[in-house]
Amino acid sequence: MTGIKDRVAIVAMGCTEFGEHWNRSADDLIIDAAGQALAGAGVDGDGLSPNDIDAYWFGTATTAMSGIALSQALKLQAKPVTRVENYCATGSEALRNACYAVASGAYDSALAIGVEKVKDGGYQGLNAPPIPTDGTQRTLTAAAMFSLVAPAYAQKYGVSDEELREVLSRIAAKNHYNGARNPRAQFRREVSVETISKAAPVAGCLGLFDCAGVADGAAAAIVVRAEDAHRYTDKPLYVKALSFVAGNGSGNADPDYDYTTFPEVVAAVTEAYAQAGVTDPRAQIAMAEVHDCFTPTELVLMEDLGFCARGTAWKEVLAGTFALDGDLPVNPDGGLKSFGHPVGASGLRMHFEHWLQFRGEAPPERQVATVADRKLGLVQNLGGYPGEMLCFASILGPELG
Amino acid sequence: MRGILSAAAYVPYRRLDRAEIRATFAKGGGKGRRTVASYDEDATTLAVEAARLALRSAPDHPAATPESVWFATTTPPYADKTNATALHAALRLDRTVGAMDCAGATRSAVGALRAALGGGPTVLVCSADLRSGAPTSADESAGGDAGAALLIGDAPEGTTLAEYLGGASLTEEFLDRWRAPGDPNAKVWEERFGESVYVPLGLEAWDLALKAAGIGADDVDRVAVVGTHGRANKALSRKLGVAEGAVADDFATTIGNTGAAAPGLALASWLEGAEPGQVLALVAMADGADVFVFRATAALAGWSPTRTVAGQIEAGAPVPYGTFLSWRGEVALQPPNRPEPQRAAAPPAARRADWKFGFVGSRDPSGALSLPPARISYADGSLDQGHPAPMADVAATIVTFTIDHLAYSPSPPIVFAVVDFDGGGRFPVELTDVDASALAIGDRVEMTFRRLTTADGVHNYFWKARPIRGEVTGEVTP
Repeated sequence: MTGIKDRVAIVAMGCTEFGEHWNRSADDLIIDAAGQALAGAGVDGDGLSPNDIDAYWFGTATTAMSGIALSQALKLQAKPVTRVENYCATGSEALRNACYAVASGAYDSALAIGVEKVKDGGYQGLNAPPIPTDGTQRTLTAAAMFSLVAPAYAQKYGVSDEELREVLSRIAAKNHYNGARNPRAQFRREVSVETISKAAPVAGCLGLFDCAGVADGAAAAIVVRAEDAHRYTDKPLYVKALSFVAGNGSGNADPDYDYTTFPEVVAAVTEAYAQAGVTDPRAQIAMAEVHDCFTPTELVLMEDLGFCARGTAWKEVLAGTFALDGDLPVNPDGGLKSFGHPVGASGLRMHFEHWLQFRGEAPPERQVATVADRKLGLVQNLGGYPGEMLCFASILGPELG
Repeated sequence: MRGILSAAAYVPYRRLDRAEIRATFAKGGGKGRRTVASYDEDATTLAVEAARLALRSAPDHPAATPESVWFATTTPPYADKTNATALHAALRLDRTVGAMDCAGATRSAVGALRAALGGGPTVLVCSADLRSGAPTSADESAGGDAGAALLIGDAPEGTTLAEYLGGASLTEEFLDRWRAPGDPNAKVWEERFGESVYVPLGLEAWDLALKAAGIGADDVDRVAVVGTHGRANKALSRKLGVAEGAVADDFATTIGNTGAAAPGLALASWLEGAEPGQVLALVAMADGADVFVFRATAALAGWSPTRTVAGQIEAGAPVPYGTFLSWRGEVALQPPNRPEPQRAAAPPAARRADWKFGFVGSRDPSGALSLPPARISYADGSLDQGHPAPMADVAATIVTFTIDHLAYSPSPPIVFAVVDFDGGGRFPVELTDVDASALAIGDRVEMTFRRLTTADGVHNYFWKARPIRGEVTGEVTP
């Protein structure tokens, strides 16, 4: 395998505000996100028009079917548009395919865009489109499935219920703190640890504030081959690694699975680190955008991503390691928790924060210090449930080599 | 000799304290408790549970294999579609075993028993009912929910548990109790009218039955009187010329009047306490009077029911009256803000009927269990090398669990656990008949056949797990 390191660059990005956009349609969000990306591409400030892009990848889980939904929104003229879906990693899936398209040489430029109008449905939480089944499937919410992680982790590593509650609340509070400094985020107020800990249970020991909100939004990225990046921007973000693992769903049938790790994540990120040449994530990674759908998810991810040893993430959380000013900032944009989770857009939104941070374009109150010395960032975007999960990982950086 | 080869009753977990009815509405109710089927139980699931118990304790003899299964109920989940086919599938019976409903009236259960005792193949006679009435009505209070199953056939003396000695049947057309199809509650004529017809009818059938069985009233050790008219039943039992101690407990204050399930419940209860040689007369009064006379054989000494009626009565827990009313559809509570479930689709349900109705998974050559069954094993990657693994009767242990307050359920919240089966295999499964605050990792659970939801009139049957309570005889090794 030759890999993709330094062969593709992100040269423009766009991201709408995420939230309850009752008055904005999917088309409105698409035009906004794509428009931001197109406007930002071009060293002389002229920007691009939609028909300047050779191919499109369009990620959405439940908002539209077929690439036609995108081409009719942007009124593309005879362009190829592929609609992709991969649960909550749909946005990353769009980007991944766009990268391979330009790396292959079949296209010179590709635009990956993700959109979701979760709030048009009227129901709480995420809901899958109806597929005829024999009625024996689980009907549990994602919150309940992920809630199994918390007591498993506490029991395995000897963390008391009170301590674990504090740790989970600190994770949520950290993400709200970051989101309060992000004008695009759905929730922009700091929330105290006490408020979080006192919330009524939604599933297992998880309360309202342990669960990411769902939102409407869109995000987009334009990718080209690395050698062409200078034509579009003087500060590209190079793709150092792309990996993806679709689990086979056997975790819930396997008596050896203990709910304290996500093997699909470990596999995906191990592959990504190998592609990018990362041997010591804690020392080499400047910042990470990870899939904090629920607070125990982020806790376990810190260990699965190799940011700390097994069984120690809870201590690192309490020590502030992953805070905005910590040794390894995680979700500096507020994460799913406070930025919100439009399924099709989230993976691209995660890349957007790297785009801002590594180019020095994040608001000063949110700019992380670590990008000065470390030149690699990690995106980890998962979908599915403990035991039957898929995971995307990418590594990005502002410099070649 | 022809008679009963095995028997069981299934008493649902929940109890309504009848005093709560009067406390709520200032009328209705009564003494003691009545059984209440869970929101995820219906007549079919109650019958399945009873049939499973009866088959598990059936003797190891060719005659004890059902050749037909009949299902009697006054509360059939489906009209037009046979309900007994779901029962047949849940019991994993051979395709050549005929499954048939005897649905409609309480007397259907009596008629099914009479027909089975009349001779021919081995028949599993199943019955179940959910009995209720309008809030504060006599039926609401006096009713009870239960399932029963009787395995009837010809077997050698050492195998048949109770020999059928004979009986009598009298039919009379008179209006005592009636219900229009689709109406939830029955209507009754003046009680004294029905009593005036039933009691003489019962006495006449009693005399005819004793003669047919060749015995006198003194030879009867136990009398059980069941039927739709509670007062008539009580009045008749006092006139039969047997000692007061000989009249069997009618379960009025512990279960209630279980309609179609009552004859089977009475027989199952009798068998678990009878001594070899004892004679039981079962009187069933429903649009007529039927009497059945049985004698317990020596084989009874070597038989144990899988679960006793007494044990199941004891292992119950209360359900608040408000919850009872919502489960019965008398009051509609605000559902969670989630989409209503879709109807289960017929083609996938038919393709996986063994899984859906029978809880049959697959085990690959390395021993790894797949639930649902899988063509390609997750453990060794082999294709189509697995064998069917029936797991419904295998006990399991809770590995972890959670409570979901958000998910759609007819009676939220959903309590959900990951369980490990004895002998290997793991399955994430919804729990039922459970008090979430009393759950612990390591608790033992068993699989139970339930109705998950109904959409577009399609009942979605599948399996849940429930805590094992009370004594169970004969654990199944996987």
